[in-house]
Amino acid sequence: MNEMPILQVQEVTKTFGGILALNRVSFDVREGEILGIIGPNGSGKTTIVNCITGFVKMSSGKIFFRGKEITGKPAHKIADLGVTRTFQIMRPYYSLPAYKNLVIPLFSPRAKRTGGWRGGGKLGDRNTVGIDILEEIGFERDSFVPYKMASALPTGYLKRLELARCLALRPEIVLCDEVFSGLSMSEIASMVPLIERLQMDGITLIMIEHRLRELFRVADRVLVLNFGEKLFEGTPEEVMANEKVKKAYFGSEEVEEVMTYA
Amino acid sequence: MEILIYGTVNSIALALMALGFALVYGISRVPNFAHGAIYVVAGFITWSLINTLGIGYALSALIAILITGVIGALIYRSMLIRVRGMAISEIIASYAIGLAILEGLRWGGFKGMTYTLPLFIPGSVSLGGVPIDIHRLLLVGIGGGVIALLWLFTHYTRIGLAFRGMAQDERAALMLGIDSDFMALLATAFGSMIAGLAAIVLLPLGNIVVEAGYNVLILAIAVCIVGGLGSWMGAVLAAFLIGFAQILTVVYLGSHYQMVVALLAIIFTLIMRPSGLFGRQKELEERV
Amino acid sequence: MTFIDRRKERLDRGIKVRADGIYALMSWRELSYLTLPRMVLIAGMLLLPLLMPNLYWQRVISIVCIYALLALSFDFLAHFVGLVSLGGALYIGTGAYLAAILNKKLGLSLLFTIPAASITGALICTLLLLPCLPLRGVYFAIVSLMYPLAIARVIEALNIFGGTDGIMGIESFPNNWVEQYFGIIMVLLFLFGLRRLVNLDIGLVFRGVKDNDQAVRASGMSVAYYKAVAVFIAATMGCLAGACLSHTYMFAGISLFALDFSILPIAATVIGGSGTLAGPVLGCLILVPISELLRSFGTLRIAIYAVVLMAFIVFKSEGLMVYGQRKYHQFERWVKI
Repeated sequence: MNEMPILQVQEVTKTFGGILALNRVSFDVREGEILGIIGPNGSGKTTIVNCITGFVKMSSGKIFFRGKEITGKPAHKIADLGVTRTFQIMRPYYSLPAYKNLVIPLFSPRAKRTGGWRGGGKLGDRNTVGIDILEEIGFERDSFVPYKMASALPTGYLKRLELARCLALRPEIVLCDEVFSGLSMSEIASMVPLIERLQMDGITLIMIEHRLRELFRVADRVLVLNFGEKLFEGTPEEVMANEKVKKAYFGSEEVEEVMTYA
Repeated sequence: MEILIYGTVNSIALALMALGFALVYGISRVPNFAHGAIYVVAGFITWSLINTLGIGYALSALIAILITGVIGALIYRSMLIRVRGMAISEIIASYAIGLAILEGLRWGGFKGMTYTLPLFIPGSVSLGGVPIDIHRLLLVGIGGGVIALLWLFTHYTRIGLAFRGMAQDERAALMLGIDSDFMALLATAFGSMIAGLAAIVLLPLGNIVVEAGYNVLILAIAVCIVGGLGSWMGAVLAAFLIGFAQILTVVYLGSHYQMVVALLAIIFTLIMRPSGLFGRQKELEERV
Repeated sequence: MTFIDRRKERLDRGIKVRADGIYALMSWRELSYLTLPRMVLIAGMLLLPLLMPNLYWQRVISIVCIYALLALSFDFLAHFVGLVSLGGALYIGTGAYLAAILNKKLGLSLLFTIPAASITGALICTLLLLPCLPLRGVYFAIVSLMYPLAIARVIEALNIFGGTDGIMGIESFPNNWVEQYFGIIMVLLFLFGLRRLVNLDIGLVFRGVKDNDQAVRASGMSVAYYKAVAVFIAATMGCLAGACLSHTYMFAGISLFALDFSILPIAATVIGGSGTLAGPVLGCLILVPISELLRSFGTLRIAIYAVVLMAFIVFKSEGLMVYGQRKYHQFERWVKI
């Protein structure tokens, strides 16, 4: 295991007009771990994802990927390096079938270089590779599901499709913006093994989540944000026990019952 | 000194031309490509009122401005409201309206050099040793007045504040009970009236020609882009920047290059800082 | 309160369903159902010059082809990539002037000037439009509108490239037939070529750029790059049209940057049916002859196109081709609720 963190976020600050969305947030991400980012609404979780992946320009701060600075690079270049993301408000190509949704990212330079997920370094026929990736993430191969229009798929499948789109690039890091939200209990239950499998395949995952129970089951470490500032960082157990975190989320001490569910 | 004076005059003129466009775009997010056409129409209406109906200058001007406002509102109500939100259709529709008006005017007999509006007050004075038309001085005064009035209006009246609210966030404004369609209608009407005012103030300096419609459109857009689409004060500042740049070019290079300056300004802005000087659309590259 | 007891239902025709997919190869009827429209189009266009009564109308055919190339480029950019090109005159003017200069100043022949002007012109136009490609669509519309107007003024002011008089005495096509058929073949090539392109997987990327550019960026692809490629393709068509124009009229002047070339392709696309690629060609076949007939009205023509264009846009008419396709592929019937 590498000594250097795969991602280093240093003193990131972002203001939108008069609003301070992120205030000198710093943290490191170790290669191969699952880092959860939690926090009450408005704490800046999605903003930090946008800043890391280049969709939003930071007001100040630096970000390093494998030691190289990626601050201020355009979004597509950052994705090209292997730092990919999903969208909280999902953005599939609705008018296309599911597998065609994957054909598009397979046109990217990175896909060409790496051959996509399980490509083994060379890109084959895009349609076939697309179907392969869909199978990986749980679309039954012999069914009609991969061929359905994205607009006809339920949320659970669409969330997986978002992940698949990242996999098409053979990513090193996937920033998952609320992949568990909008899913039913059973859908989440089937999502968790997928996440674990991705980790076993060597991908580093950073997961923004509201669903604490499920997140705490998979995450190695958790970062807590509040009002744009890093409140706490540690293992799930440490986070659950931390007084500041409880106060930030619930504002009171009657928190024991909720937290013990995990 | 000469440069300073004429530069200021030119800048205020540009600001007048651009404010109408900036107003409409800032509030309704519809780029009104018919802006130039409205400008020219106002000039022709004034001319017709003065010469065909024999109404006095001041009164003609007033009526023309009002009519122009109504025309703007009509354009919005009948056409633009249907295509609002569909970016491609908005652009094509307003462009088509502008073209129809301008080319229709060109054919309808309004061609050539024979149409002019008289100066407000003929004659010139000497300002710091530089001769300048009184009309141009009035221009600066009126222009400055309009800018000041606009600022006051948008900061202190209900409708003005509603305008600003809509310009910042339409959904939020809707939630506060501001009728966005009606506001957009008013904005188009106001924008047209400002364009009309600009026409009446600026046209006496030259002839009323249809070409002016296109020129005004280009200049207005240039100013708005440099200032930042959606920022009125940015437009004023940009007007000064471009205005002085143009005068400098005229002095040192020759008067043909004015349009080139406008074009270069746009390209430069888009390369360097696409959201313009004060663009509210800073989220231009940043939307998620 | 009105009581509705029936609704209109649109279904694909039986033959369309049968002809979809590989089963079409099973019978002549299905095959011809698919190929007939295209055959008609190709045959029709190829026969057109032979049907023209006199030289005047043959010239019209050449002009139709030139506008058709421009309209195709507009439709491609607007409908498949999301860029509204309000200034088709930019491509025409650039192509025309380049061809004129290559021909007159350097004495190169037709065979060389047309391809050279097309490619070089496309490069120049793409470079000019580059700054606004990473930005939202409205900027592209504005900039594309401005360029032809501004360039015309610049040429006039600096009195370069022949100033207001333009460049005259350009070599013309060897004969009428070459003039017309070259245009027709170019139009057909690009029409079917573009059709292929948008139906291939790479066409999906362009559509992604139009509908969902955030997702495209998140997949590591540069939106600006793909837009530039699309603009280059469109500019090649436009400059080709411009080069042909200068050889047809044997003249290149600032009138080539005029609004005619900017508005007619848009009108033709909207009337003919945007998104179908064949629609704009159809639209030109209709509008250009009308435009010639209306020459005596001067620039009122433009006003008329503009009004028609407005009417189509505002009343959301689908365009002739789309209507035709719908009728061909589907039938309607009333169904009781």
